[in-house]
Amino acid sequence: MRHFRKLSMPYLIWCIIFILIPLVLIVLYAFTTVGNHVISLNFSLANFAKINDPTYIRVFIKSFELGVITTIICFIGGYPLAFIISRQKESVQDLLILLVTVPTWINMLLRTYAWMNILADNGIINGLLSRLGLGQVTMMYTNFSVVLGMVCNFMPFMIIPIHTSLSKMDGSLIEAAMDLGANRLQTFRMVIFRLSMPGVINGVVMVFLMAISSFVIPKLLGGGQFVLIGNLIESQFISIGDWNFGSAISTILAVLILIAMRLMKSMDLKEAEAN
Amino acid sequence: MEKIIELKNLTKNFGDQQVLKGINLDIHQNEFLTLLGPSGCGKTTTLRIIAGFEEPSGGEVLFDGIDISAVPPYKREVNTVFQKYALFPHMNVFDNVAFGLHIRKVDKQIVETKVRRMLDLVGLSDYENRDVTLLSGGQQQRVAIARALVNEPKVLLLDEPLGALDAKLRKEMQFELKKIQKEIGITFVFVTHDQEEALTMSDTVVVMNEGTIQQIGSPIDIYNEPENRFVAGFIGESNIIDGIMNEDFLVTFDDVQFECVDNGFPRDEPVDVVLRPEDIDIVKPEEGKLQGVVRSVTFKGVHYEIVVETRHRKYRIHTTDFCAVDTPVGLTLTPDDIHVMWKTPY
Repeated sequence: MRHFRKLSMPYLIWCIIFILIPLVLIVLYAFTTVGNHVISLNFSLANFAKINDPTYIRVFIKSFELGVITTIICFIGGYPLAFIISRQKESVQDLLILLVTVPTWINMLLRTYAWMNILADNGIINGLLSRLGLGQVTMMYTNFSVVLGMVCNFMPFMIIPIHTSLSKMDGSLIEAAMDLGANRLQTFRMVIFRLSMPGVINGVVMVFLMAISSFVIPKLLGGGQFVLIGNLIESQFISIGDWNFGSAISTILAVLILIAMRLMKSMDLKEAEAN
Repeated sequence: MEKIIELKNLTKNFGDQQVLKGINLDIHQNEFLTLLGPSGCGKTTTLRIIAGFEEPSGGEVLFDGIDISAVPPYKREVNTVFQKYALFPHMNVFDNVAFGLHIRKVDKQIVETKVRRMLDLVGLSDYENRDVTLLSGGQQQRVAIARALVNEPKVLLLDEPLGALDAKLRKEMQFELKKIQKEIGITFVFVTHDQEEALTMSDTVVVMNEGTIQQIGSPIDIYNEPENRFVAGFIGESNIIDGIMNEDFLVTFDDVQFECVDNGFPRDEPVDVVLRPEDIDIVKPEEGKLQGVVRSVTFKGVHYEIVVETRHRKYRIHTTDFCAVDTPVGLTLTPDDIHVMWKTPY
């Protein structure tokens, strides 16, 4: 094994250059103020103090809200789909999983623009509604359009890990549960669902992470007034140019995500112990 | 003994392949019945139909006289011990065993008493809180047996449960399963491809091949009186020889006439003659009814396996006496040693 270790060197270097150094830089930016020079750094907590402002707090709360809603919808829609797929013959499963991933082959921007056309006031749905004489519904630039966009974009990331854990489950466990007197519902509740928890947690964490930090979807489907954490960070870096404040927000987001993941993990453990 | 399960003309097709071709079998109360056969003979399918995991394509499954073909597995009074145990990995030993009782909403105190007693029976009293995934194969096996038996099924189905254990542990578990079966006094239906396992544990052995039953009988009957070439070849090692039944108690093979104990065949009927390797005696050439030369000697532990080549064929013989290769020898047989069977397509 030992001489294989050298083979991991390029990966290690890659990790250091593209993950570790940028991370350190962001944290460094977050704790310093403008006017840094190579040798002199002005440490300060001012960036973090700045976040304690109702406007920014509201952005955080809204981001979390929409992130949670998106994750829940993805779970409610994705689990049954993953379950149905996992009951099929293997060849059919492969095909269906391929179909689930098909949308991700097309650039996310294009897909989002497509939604804009569908949801717009003079878009496809409203055109259809007015032709039926039902009047117009405003869908663009609302929570609805943003959540819809995120759900459609992130759904595969919920389905695939759940499907993986369901399809690799030992079928004899399901037979064993039924053999011991559990009907279909009890079998699902006490065995199948419990054993798919690792997939559920992976899916939930992945979708939540992407939903909470996304900025293109809220920008396009939510409009200029619609600000989530991702948009806030983007504007600090791109248009306002306050890299220090942007870094502070990023750091806080990263810490919140770490805490959320930690909670998910411990929930899984507790549930396992409680049973 | 009273019948508990009756299989009547049971058939099963997978696609256009017929894996069960009309199984008729009665399983009695308190019986240790073994379905024995090579892989693909339909023994596991038969078991799965009794458990309710497969629906028969034709025929009936009667349980206490009632057809249960359409009853789902969770409503049947049978429990299964699976080939690879199928323990729930997210539960500890206690919860695995308590699963069936838990489903039936049995009172908590009664669950505890029953589970403890069952773990005691399989020798795992101190393992209640262990993680099942960390147990050894033998221990997992015991949990699986306890999990099934705690529900007090009328019939316990065991699908090659000892296949994954090493030889020594397998012997121990064979003994223990038999002991448990006697202790709780219910019917065991055991599936295996291991003929020794079948002979050791069973009251009744059902030999199957290619979706049909070849013979049903006690281990001694199956071994000593195989009904056809397949059974003779599958159970133990045999020399199976073409012969002619001249008249009652007289059979000719390899141009020599032998006395035997079989009767009831038509005059000069072609038959299969089975000679068990341990029944053939090696004597001096002039004392034997057949003459040959020792071709090989293999030490097998308890006995030697000696191959003697005569003018007609090679005989496989098990004996505790050593014989050097190339020695000319004679072979003798007593009437008891010769088993005559009707010719079958095998």
